[in-house]
Amino acid sequence: MEPDAPMARRQFLKTTGVLTGVLAAGTSLALIAPARAWAVDLKVLTSAEGRTLMAVARTIVPHDKLEDAAYAVVVQSIDADAARDAAALATIRTGIGRLGADFVSAGEPERVRRLTVLEHTPFFQTMRAKTLGTLYATPMAYAYFGYQGEAFSKGGYLYRGFNDLRWLPDVPLDDSGPVPA
Amino acid sequence: MTRIAHDDAGAVVIIGSGAGGGTLAHELTRRGIKVVLLEAGKRQSLATFSQVPGDAFVQLTWLDPRTQSGSWTVAEDYPTLPSWTCKTVGGTTVHWTGATPRLRPWELKARTTYGEMPGTSLIDWPIAFDELLPYYERAERRMVTTRRNGVPGLPASNNFKVLYNGARRLGYQHVHTGYMAINSRPADDRALCIQQGFCVQGCKTGAKWSTLYTEIPRAEQTGHLDLRIESMATRIEHGADGRVTGVVYREAGGTERRQKARLVCVACNAVETPRLLLLSESGKFPRGLANSTGQVGRHYCHHVGGFVWGFFHEPVDSWRGTTLAGIVEDETVNEPRRGFVGGYHLELVTLDLPTFPQVGLPYGWGRDFASIIDDYRNMAGMFINGEDLTRSTNRITLDPQVKDAAGLPVAHLHVDDHPNDVAMRTHAQHQGRKLYEAVSAKRVVHSRQTPATHNMCSARMSANPEQGVCNSHGQTHDIPNLFISDGSQFSSPGSANPTLTIVALALRQAQYIERQMSAREI
Repeated sequence: MEPDAPMARRQFLKTTGVLTGVLAAGTSLALIAPARAWAVDLKVLTSAEGRTLMAVARTIVPHDKLEDAAYAVVVQSIDADAARDAAALATIRTGIGRLGADFVSAGEPERVRRLTVLEHTPFFQTMRAKTLGTLYATPMAYAYFGYQGEAFSKGGYLYRGFNDLRWLPDVPLDDSGPVPA
Repeated sequence: MTRIAHDDAGAVVIIGSGAGGGTLAHELTRRGIKVVLLEAGKRQSLATFSQVPGDAFVQLTWLDPRTQSGSWTVAEDYPTLPSWTCKTVGGTTVHWTGATPRLRPWELKARTTYGEMPGTSLIDWPIAFDELLPYYERAERRMVTTRRNGVPGLPASNNFKVLYNGARRLGYQHVHTGYMAINSRPADDRALCIQQGFCVQGCKTGAKWSTLYTEIPRAEQTGHLDLRIESMATRIEHGADGRVTGVVYREAGGTERRQKARLVCVACNAVETPRLLLLSESGKFPRGLANSTGQVGRHYCHHVGGFVWGFFHEPVDSWRGTTLAGIVEDETVNEPRRGFVGGYHLELVTLDLPTFPQVGLPYGWGRDFASIIDDYRNMAGMFINGEDLTRSTNRITLDPQVKDAAGLPVAHLHVDDHPNDVAMRTHAQHQGRKLYEAVSAKRVVHSRQTPATHNMCSARMSANPEQGVCNSHGQTHDIPNLFISDGSQFSSPGSANPTLTIVALALRQAQYIERQMSAREI
């Protein structure tokens, strides 16, 4: 994802797809992102195909307040695989074709119904695996879920809240051990 | 760097540098015995461990193809990854979580304790607990296990506070931060644990014991170790007298090498160890090495396992802190009135955010599935670790169709759950649920069986050669200078995380090998 990419020139030069959006103001990610506008280039998929796959990813794991940008990263990863592997591209295109042209605008129950029909196809299994494998590794997901990730670079969690839970009694020293000074 | 000639027939060749092979290499070299240590993977270090979970997984994991079948749910859920172990110097001690409980005396007598169990191949270990105990004690000192030898326990993390309070309210008495080979204070020239929570990605402070930065460099310092990385053993060779004479291995570029050996110790983890023995078939040993009674690969065990997650009204932030520092020991008893024989541990655990939806949850998608992940901050976790029963039909074989990059048959795992395994898992999941509900969980979710991180018993020790592959020292019944030096040699898995027992057996085996070599027996 390239925040604040030069949109007009990009679309002029490209024949394949691009996904774009604007981070919602006031969200945790908007506070840390260098700019609110974002764009994801696609190598082989069209913009319409990309939007359909974003809707598929959001139907697989609907986190209503999680930015579109996170789901766009999933599509970017699928697009990269499809650019390397013609069979993967065919699988994706076959699946998109079976979803119906109005998949993006359909309501969630209808999108779930259509995906359920395809649940045992390679298309759906690829989409589910890619969505789970990619979405939650994005900085957007870390921010959204409050996950702090690695801490070695910050000295661990020893002095950064590893034992700050206060809604239950502390553990007696005999059953745990001293916190290093 | 020590170099041992390829035609030096006086060398001990150890295959695999994990808990068994790495420890054995140190123990032999410090006695002045020269060792060639073959390791299929690359050498990482504290500096090179990746802190990106997906990258760390690829950096450390054994990802060579394998196939599987059977009724266990792993075959359906993780068709390409039946077992989750490492391919790197240090082996699975690089990604392990540091838990070092002992086997219980009665677990070493599975057949006697559990009696006649249809559909199982239970035997007693050919070694009594009292014989093993001094080696457990040495291993615990070696690994600086907490709560042993006066070493303080690890402090309680948020995740453990939830486990502890739930367990105590449920009436459990034996609940603590575990016997952990993770430094609660600086020791062994290694740092203390700073509660990073990235044990599985490779411990960047070295607080967690691993042969990568303890046994192996100490073996190198003796001047008697020749460690060869990216060297994948493909065949163990033997002479006309049936004794092994050397090991054929492939270097990273595909070049085939042959190292002569006075004796060979196989420590490739319990999937690859039997595979290598089977791949080494010959005119004299048409079923593979040490397999005259057809026992190689049989009785494969993986532990009854799975996650239980509790979701609460307030944050737990379970990722902060040592991943596995917490244990409930009250169910580690043989109490058939529960509906099954054998025991299990409940152990603290969590998963990082990217890994959690992929490994931690049962298959699912949609709004309900996503709502579980939405509560990630408010989640506490535990892992079930229980004894599965040995079955001769749960086994490692060579796949008749699928070949690896070198053109050799890959390992095929066949695992059927025994009804006892199913009953134990159901009981443990129920207890886990009650534990979290005792501290007001609003929701409890459990996973199915996860890829096996504990792999055992596939070349097991037995008093009777008809029932196993090796004797109580890991020496194969068929070939006196061929040893099994990893968890494959367990007679039964018990309910303890296996690493401590692997290390204890390596310490014992080294002593035996030295005596046998001195006496010119091997």
